[in-house]
Amino acid sequence: MLHLILFLVFAAICIAGAVNLLIQRHPISSALSLVVVMASLAAEYLLLGAEFVAAVQVIVYAGAVMVLFVFVIMLLNAGEEDRIGGSQVALVVGVPGILACGLLTAWVLLKQTGDLKIGALLGDPKTIGSLLFHDFLLPFEVTSVLILIAIMGAVVLANRPETINSGKKED
Amino acid sequence: MVPLSYYLILSGILFSCGVLGFLIKRNIITIFMSIELMLNGVNLSFVAFAAHWQHLSGQIFVFFVMVVAAAEAAVGLAIIIAVYRTRETLNVDQVNLLKL
Amino acid sequence: MTENLNLWLIPILPLVGAAINGLFGRRFSRQIVSAVAVFFSGAAFALVLRVWSQFSSLTLPHYEFLAHWIRYGGFMVNFEFYLDQLTMLMLLVVTGVGLLIHIYSIGYMWDDPSFPRFFSYLNLFMFFMLTLVLAGNYLQMFIGWEGVGLASYLLIGFWFTKDSAASAGKKAFIVNRIGDFGFLIALFLMIKHFGSLNFSELFDKVGPMPVETVGVGLLTSIGLLLMVGACGKSAQIPLYVWLPDAMEGPTPVSALIHAATMVTAGVYMVSRSHVIFDHAPTALTVVAIIGTLTALFAATIGIAQTDIKKVLAYSTVSQLGYMFMACGVAAYSAGIFHLMTHAFFKGLLFLGAGSVIHAVGGNQDMRYMGGLRRYIPITFWTMTIATLAIAGIFPFAGFFSKDEILWRAFQVNKVYWAIGLFSAFLTAFYMSRLWFMTFLGDFKGAELPAGDHGHGHSGHDEHGHSEPHESPLVMTGPLMILALLSAVGGFIPVEHFLEPVFGHGELAAAGETASAGLETTLKFVSVGVAGVGIFLAWLLYYKRRDLPQKIADGLGSFYQTVAHKYYIDEIYAALFVKPLVEGSTDILWHGVDQGVIDAAVNDSAVGARHASDAARHMQSGNLRSYAGWVAAGGAVVIAYMIWMGVAR
Repeated sequence: MLHLILFLVFAAICIAGAVNLLIQRHPISSALSLVVVMASLAAEYLLLGAEFVAAVQVIVYAGAVMVLFVFVIMLLNAGEEDRIGGSQVALVVGVPGILACGLLTAWVLLKQTGDLKIGALLGDPKTIGSLLFHDFLLPFEVTSVLILIAIMGAVVLANRPETINSGKKED
Repeated sequence: MVPLSYYLILSGILFSCGVLGFLIKRNIITIFMSIELMLNGVNLSFVAFAAHWQHLSGQIFVFFVMVVAAAEAAVGLAIIIAVYRTRETLNVDQVNLLKL
Repeated sequence: MTENLNLWLIPILPLVGAAINGLFGRRFSRQIVSAVAVFFSGAAFALVLRVWSQFSSLTLPHYEFLAHWIRYGGFMVNFEFYLDQLTMLMLLVVTGVGLLIHIYSIGYMWDDPSFPRFFSYLNLFMFFMLTLVLAGNYLQMFIGWEGVGLASYLLIGFWFTKDSAASAGKKAFIVNRIGDFGFLIALFLMIKHFGSLNFSELFDKVGPMPVETVGVGLLTSIGLLLMVGACGKSAQIPLYVWLPDAMEGPTPVSALIHAATMVTAGVYMVSRSHVIFDHAPTALTVVAIIGTLTALFAATIGIAQTDIKKVLAYSTVSQLGYMFMACGVAAYSAGIFHLMTHAFFKGLLFLGAGSVIHAVGGNQDMRYMGGLRRYIPITFWTMTIATLAIAGIFPFAGFFSKDEILWRAFQVNKVYWAIGLFSAFLTAFYMSRLWFMTFLGDFKGAELPAGDHGHGHSGHDEHGHSEPHESPLVMTGPLMILALLSAVGGFIPVEHFLEPVFGHGELAAAGETASAGLETTLKFVSVGVAGVGIFLAWLLYYKRRDLPQKIADGLGSFYQTVAHKYYIDEIYAALFVKPLVEGSTDILWHGVDQGVIDAAVNDSAVGARHASDAARHMQSGNLRSYAGWVAAGGAVVIAYMIWMGVAR
């Protein structure tokens, strides 16, 4: 019973945050809504017993990725969105398509049977760790290379282009 | 006792919100955040199924998804900065050099 | 005796000469080109003489295998050579007369800018003709058959920049092809029923078969189809129309190909197939009828022609008719005998005509010749011998061969004999007419309409001579040799020589003893008839020059019809050519090629462009529309996956 209530509470917060992200005009508000969504998702993970994943969600996702987002918004001084005409295709085709798909999916999913207990599958760090470094060693290493590439790429892409004449950075 | 389908519906709603934001929003950064929202929805689905089938690889996969999402966010934001430098705008409708 | 005579060298040597002159001729001087051409055809002749010298020591028929060609299932065709008395005779005629004409051509074509090409083609022709004659099976003969048709096309259209020459070449080749179609069907029948095209094998199988007297059996069909091929190649009714037009080619070509060798290929082929024809009397009758009618028909056209070469062309058609008449009454050796003598005197006539044309600076119209006796004596005397030979006057060559044919025809059917006799009269008449108009009387060259010089003789420009002049020795030499052969050639015992091939026909055996007196009588009759023809020509074209025009006017439209070759060319054009061309243009060109094929290609391109135009709108450059499309696509995939999941 408690499980269900907790689930519903956090689910509501999730959805509220997601909808707020859509509604808000200023990107910073959207970013903060997204942080709320991530936090409540971490709570959902805990309900399912995935401790490690929940912790990583908060530390990495909410704590690093979203901070990066907020920094970039502040750096670029992004303002409120202007209201100008956009893509017709996106509105006409994409939105109804996704809505229809979503309803269809929901209808199908409700036919699924199977209940989940609270703390259904315990994902403690020890178990996760042994899996990660034994069965999933290769993907682990590959993703570390991926991060390396991403770092280099980000540095290169965001670097201010230097002028040929001066060789010094323009300020 | 929460049925599996509730988790999946929640995941679906999050994903759909992400797609909607991706389609509707005009600010590049907001679009990016919608992508992150989509990824989160999928993560929830993975964890729910991991619990359902009692197989930990679902959670491992979530781990990897997060890593990739982080890398993607870093590179993507770098690109956005580069685009902002040249186009002076964050409005995606004005970044239309691909037009035929 | 199976001594290897290397028969393959005989056709190959002229081919080498053709290749050398064809590929490198333009870099050589004319002396070298002529030397090469004469050397290789002379070498072929020398080889033939060598074979001839060993002839009596060979077992005949002599067979030489060169290489495998087709091996398919049980069917086999090889490159092989077959030598018997018939082949030997043909070889001597082809290489001998061919060599003489090569030598003659050096003088005749000297001023032509395409000198090397001519000799290349001439040698090429020799190669194909020798392949035809030496062939050991029908398919190899067909190679030669087609090849001489090709060489004929190339040589008739030698001056291809002239429209009429190019058209004449095309006409010759196409009409030949119609005949070749019949030949091919005959070959297919042979393959189907006998499984082989090799002469020895085929004739061994045909030999024991019963003679087909009723209806049209297998052998009759083969015989008739072979005759179709022969009609095309040897210019018999109804496929003779190409030969008069073939006079557009240089005169040595007319002499070699359209008098002495190529057109005789049909006669050779029919004689070679005599085993088949002996079993198919119906086919033989058809052959005889065609030959006889052609002899008459062409002779009637010949009497009204004014172009010297055209007269000789129709004369050739007529004489070929005689040869087929001979074959049709199973007198094959008589036909081949006439083939040989005809090669001599007709070759001589054509070469002499070339000499005449050379003398008067390019004009070919006999009405503007005359009195050339004084200017070109050697040509005059040699042409006189040839005219007497063709008219069948004793003791020249034509007398013996033609009379043999008439005698054998008489024994089979008197109608053949009567028509043949009348055609002999016409032959004597028109040939004497030619002789009188060209050599006797006064020279009328001054009356020639201006601008008509060089007609049909574009390699021979004005020498600046106002008077006719004799040809150089290189041209008169062959004339003299051929004149000698025309004079004494009748005494060569050809029929006795060819006996082992054709057998001593029952007809001859039956008639030999009893009717020796009748035969002599008939000989006198034919000489007399020829004499009447010559007398008539003398009367009309020497004594009373005004008469021919009066007769022509008196006969009115009948004369016009004959003078216009009975309008056969026009009839063919209206019946066959015009519908074919129009059908091709309307149906095949406009309808199929442009309407279907071109339209399919063009329309598919246009369609692709339209489709691309429509699809282009997807590329708007707008990021969000791309996003929209991605979302839509993703929705479709998800829906599909759900459907698949639910369906299960």
